[in-house]
Amino acid sequence: MAVETLTLGKALNNGLRRALERDPKVLLMGEDIGKLGGVFRITDGLQKDFGDERVIDTPLAESGIVGTAVGLAIRGYRPVCEIQFDGFVYPAFDQIVSQVAKMHYRSRGKVRLPIVIRIPFGGGIGAVEHHSESPEAYFAHTAGLKVVACSNPSDAYTMIQQAIASDDPIVFFEPKRRYWEKGEVDTEAPLSAAHPLHAARVLRPGRDATVLAYGPMVRTALDAATAVADDGRDLEVIDLRTLSPLDLEPVYDSVRRTGRCVIVHEAPSSGGLGAEVAARITEKCFSRLEAPVLRVAGFNTPYPAARMEEEYLPDLDRVLDAVDRTYGW
Amino acid sequence: MTTADLAAAAPTDRAEHHYELLRQMLRIRRFEERCVQLYSATKIRGFLHLYIGEEAVAAGAMAALTPADAIVSTYREHGHALARGIAMHSVMAEMYGKATGCSRGRGGSMHLFDAATRFYGGNAIVGGGLPLAVGLALADQMADRPVVTACFFGDGAVAEGEFHECLNLAALWHLPVLFCCENNLYAMGTRIDRAHAVTNLAARAAAYGLSAVDVDGMDVLAVETQTRAAAEFVRAGHGPYFLEFRTYRYRAHSMYDPDRYREKAEIAQWQQHDPIDALVRRMRGDAELDDDALARLDAEIAAEIDAAVQAAEEAPLEPIEDLTRFVYAESRSHDG
Ligand SMILES: Cc1ncc(C[n+]2csc(CCOP(=O)(O)OP(=O)(O)O)c2C)c(N)n1
Ligand SMILES: [Mg+2]
Repeated sequence: MAVETLTLGKALNNGLRRALERDPKVLLMGEDIGKLGGVFRITDGLQKDFGDERVIDTPLAESGIVGTAVGLAIRGYRPVCEIQFDGFVYPAFDQIVSQVAKMHYRSRGKVRLPIVIRIPFGGGIGAVEHHSESPEAYFAHTAGLKVVACSNPSDAYTMIQQAIASDDPIVFFEPKRRYWEKGEVDTEAPLSAAHPLHAARVLRPGRDATVLAYGPMVRTALDAATAVADDGRDLEVIDLRTLSPLDLEPVYDSVRRTGRCVIVHEAPSSGGLGAEVAARITEKCFSRLEAPVLRVAGFNTPYPAARMEEEYLPDLDRVLDAVDRTYGW
Repeated sequence: MTTADLAAAAPTDRAEHHYELLRQMLRIRRFEERCVQLYSATKIRGFLHLYIGEEAVAAGAMAALTPADAIVSTYREHGHALARGIAMHSVMAEMYGKATGCSRGRGGSMHLFDAATRFYGGNAIVGGGLPLAVGLALADQMADRPVVTACFFGDGAVAEGEFHECLNLAALWHLPVLFCCENNLYAMGTRIDRAHAVTNLAARAAAYGLSAVDVDGMDVLAVETQTRAAAEFVRAGHGPYFLEFRTYRYRAHSMYDPDRYREKAEIAQWQQHDPIDALVRRMRGDAELDDDALARLDAEIAAEIDAAVQAAEEAPLEPIEDLTRFVYAESRSHDG
């Protein structure tokens, strides 16, 4: 076993490296990902080691990047596209929704599109609209796409490799404000032994209430659980990891035990993932619920200016306040 | 002033005019130099894209436009905003995120906006401003207004699909759009020849049926003259015009950019053609400027910046309760 302490960003970099080593059909494409290593340096050094035909710098053309990935995938390549920031995915939205998501269905399964679209998402870095957004619900709403979000270095390392190995197109969300957070990564464990990609994971078992999160909010949820542990309140924290398809069996198991559930995400509450998850929990666990499933989410506004960001983003207090409210019913 | 008026202007008028162009370029440069300090002091947060080196484009182009004309800009827009006439204190307050800023502190560096000067915004999406510029021009054309919409964007934007849709629309409908491409040779870390098969951007525009020329973007007088001629052409109803300003940014793409993709010597070489130095040299040569006048100008600009900083420091923040305001119209508009 080779356990290393890596930042989430470096774990992704190592995961991409492993994928490039393992399969010559894996290609990376994106704006300034080669020489510069990407704005967040996630692809740092990869062009140097794998050449500019496998780690491809593209012009500013998001639609073109994702669209050419479709053609490459039809011909057997496994393209990994980097979108520089969440808010820049929209020029590619047409290609993702109209082509990437539908080609397999349209061809009655004749062509597979093993494409990964990496998107750094979420706020907390003092940026503004277009640079701090959480657009995952648009993609989770679209049949034909799979959507995942990693939350820690170890998952980042394995999930990116699993996503690249997947035969379905995957929109891969990376919690940009957690890129610099460190954690232990076993870089030699075989991928086959890793937690499955499309499976949620209980990160902290607890008896009293279930807190669900994904991406950047997982850390917030864990911090909330730690904060109330001394007061004798025992929160179970589950990292959803896969947003489409959702894996809610562990969630149902948990909620049937706790009777209380709070779901946390940065994206606006209206029409967000939390709404879908709450609906399903209600359908499956209605008789066991002590309170409605509550959402702690961004407000239904465009992402605000940096100095309002702390108000906008769910934080530990808002999570704990929601947990308290589940006791008020 | 029309092109003809300018050519016929008396020497004193000409000297005054040059002084004004110099003043605008210096205001932009000193303003941004102060912004760098304020950024280090974390007074300004988020993204900051500097225009230093490119000042001749904003100063020269804005001088050739009228108050009725419309401007559409990018995230590298401090120079456009200041030269257009948005008050410096209002731009600085916006940089600070204060409620007195031209976008109420919501936009910050990349999203300066001011309807009063018809400055329809910085825009953080590369290429994002072009379609709306075409729409503004279409509205002007329908209303028979002799108004030009000047749309600024970089060489990088030329690779985006929106650019191509918009040039075609503008040419097809003979719209009064002045496309102002600031070709500074780089889109973030990507040099133009690594992103474009045809690097002559004016030639690309010509292929869509636009009148197009390239302009020495380091020469403020050339910028002004060419913009004036192009604006007259557009205003006269001859359709859109494309100006490719060949320019250069001295600083990194943004405050986060390590600037690893170009040689220091290349920057130094462009600095030899600095637009401010060039105009100062020329004005001195023509006895239009002396040391005293330059010192006075420097002092005046420093005072303007100091006042803007102080006002921004003292200005209030938008109240947190307003976070959810302006998502939708607050009062019924005239057309319901
Ligand atoms: C649609 C979109 N893609 C990517 C970006 C990230 N980005 C911001 S500025 C920039 C470079 C743009 O270069 P150019 O158009 O030449 O303008 P310059 O910065 O040189 O003024 C990039 C890639 C963005 N803002 N929008
Ligand atoms: Mg450029």
